[in-house]
Amino acid sequence: MTTVANGVNVQALLEAREVLKGAPEAAQFTWRASAKWQGGVHSTIKVQSFFGLGEEQNHKEDWAFEADHPEVFAAEDSGITPIEYLLVGLASCLTAGVASVAQNRGIQLRSVESTVEGAHDIRGILGADSDVRNGFNDVKVTFTIDADASKQEIEALVAQSQKRSAVFDALTNPTNVTVEVA
Amino acid sequence: MLERGEVANSWRRERWDSLRLLTPNWQSRLPGLRYEGRDPDGYMTVGEVTEFIEHFAKVSRAPIRTGVNVTSVRRAGDGYHVTTSHGEIHAQTVVIASGACNEPAVPQFDDAVPASVEQLTPFDYRDPAQLPDGRVLVVGASATGVQLAAELRRSGRPVTLSVGEHVRLPRTYRGRDVLWWMDASGLWDQRYDEVEDLTRARRLPSPQLAGTPERTTLDLNALDAMGVELVGRWAAVRDGRALFSGGLRNVFSLADLKMERLLDTFDEWAKTDGFEPEASPPERFAPTRVPESTRLQLDLRSGEIRAIVWATGFRPNYSWLDVPVVDTKGQLRHDGGVVDSPGLYALGLPVLRRRKSTFICGIEDDAREVIGHLTRYLAVRR
Repeated sequence: MTTVANGVNVQALLEAREVLKGAPEAAQFTWRASAKWQGGVHSTIKVQSFFGLGEEQNHKEDWAFEADHPEVFAAEDSGITPIEYLLVGLASCLTAGVASVAQNRGIQLRSVESTVEGAHDIRGILGADSDVRNGFNDVKVTFTIDADASKQEIEALVAQSQKRSAVFDALTNPTNVTVEVA
Repeated sequence: MLERGEVANSWRRERWDSLRLLTPNWQSRLPGLRYEGRDPDGYMTVGEVTEFIEHFAKVSRAPIRTGVNVTSVRRAGDGYHVTTSHGEIHAQTVVIASGACNEPAVPQFDDAVPASVEQLTPFDYRDPAQLPDGRVLVVGASATGVQLAAELRRSGRPVTLSVGEHVRLPRTYRGRDVLWWMDASGLWDQRYDEVEDLTRARRLPSPQLAGTPERTTLDLNALDAMGVELVGRWAAVRDGRALFSGGLRNVFSLADLKMERLLDTFDEWAKTDGFEPEASPPERFAPTRVPESTRLQLDLRSGEIRAIVWATGFRPNYSWLDVPVVDTKGQLRHDGGVVDSPGLYALGLPVLRRRKSTFICGIEDDAREVIGHLTRYLAVRR
């Protein structure tokens, strides 16, 4: 097999898969984010530590994200809209999946670009119509991929990346969510 | 040979009325027994399969003791102690041939379904008349699910089919039964130690096929044309509502792409093996049509759904096997039928030694090799 360089260490992932098959407790991760209100509808979210492989872990850096709403929502637009973070998560997760699957299948990628669109009827969140849901009605992702592969192989990469995507699953399947006051 | 009931017991008691074999008659070949009827391209009914197996039991003069239920097998001395409903047996070797489909596998949330909704498994289901009038939710779109969804729709009932990952196949391809291609191209002969991902191959759902005299394809497009409503995989129950996955489009893509790859393999084989001149040209099938919008939830208490049919697969039952050879997923630990305990063997499990292991025509090669191992084991110990 010719070696391809997509920059994904698939070998490490495959080894982890084998190890975790026999050690499900080490596979239990907890991802965290903490948010702080900044006034108005603006908040700052920090992501730094997570738990996994049986112990506390840290990102190499502390990451901070600004979330606000645009001026058409009569806000300051100091950051992107929370629901846009869902699009950020979906696009980045699927893109990582495409790269990993391509590496595993020996497909050299030259460029992977995508646009994500979420159709949203804001009458839901405004309480203007109780029949309209708050969240997206439809999400559409369009990939443009240049790679040493047939159209069919590229479509298979995109399909497989959805099959193994944490964010795609979290968006398409219901998840239990508990919100409490400490 | 110990049989808990009669010869071909599960074919007599655990099949619905309209079921036919997925393999064409000519593929029903066992050592010394071939199909000799007038319809080689047809598919046997449940009654015909029962007769076929009974006939083989006679011509092979298999030493069968019927009505003997095995309640325990445990290691004892240099062999196994077998407890049955008719006494105890000591055996130096044991071959487990109880199959992979001893009981329906039903997801955990069946107990969240309100009592007003009738629930059936393929073991309970016989024919549509058994079900109340009104909409039926069929869960699972493999061979069982698509067949029952079609039959229930034809009975006049509205049907909703919950679709997860599935295997799409046309019934015929380039003028031949698709299973002819699996056989002739050598795909079915692919060995378990050559398969790239054996765990996955062994868990592969049954293909969307039905054996009908018309040899028609029963894929999701066919069901959609019949008016069956497609929804995503049943993911959870919340507040009496069934919640379905929004990822339906991707399971369609995965199945369409896999089918295309398989057909490419057939075409490639046809070209290199000089089969092509007599075959009709390669065909490609329309992608699975994606509904304009699919329901993401269904209120189980509203009365809209009157019955649920769980076509969510089957699992083996090894509760009688008191030897530590069953993994945490309930599957037997074995290497090509050689179980992880000396003198213990298995036959008739998915991809036991070849892709064809669970088909009637697949048992002969597997049995020869597994029994070869068994006789060598006995010879060394003697």
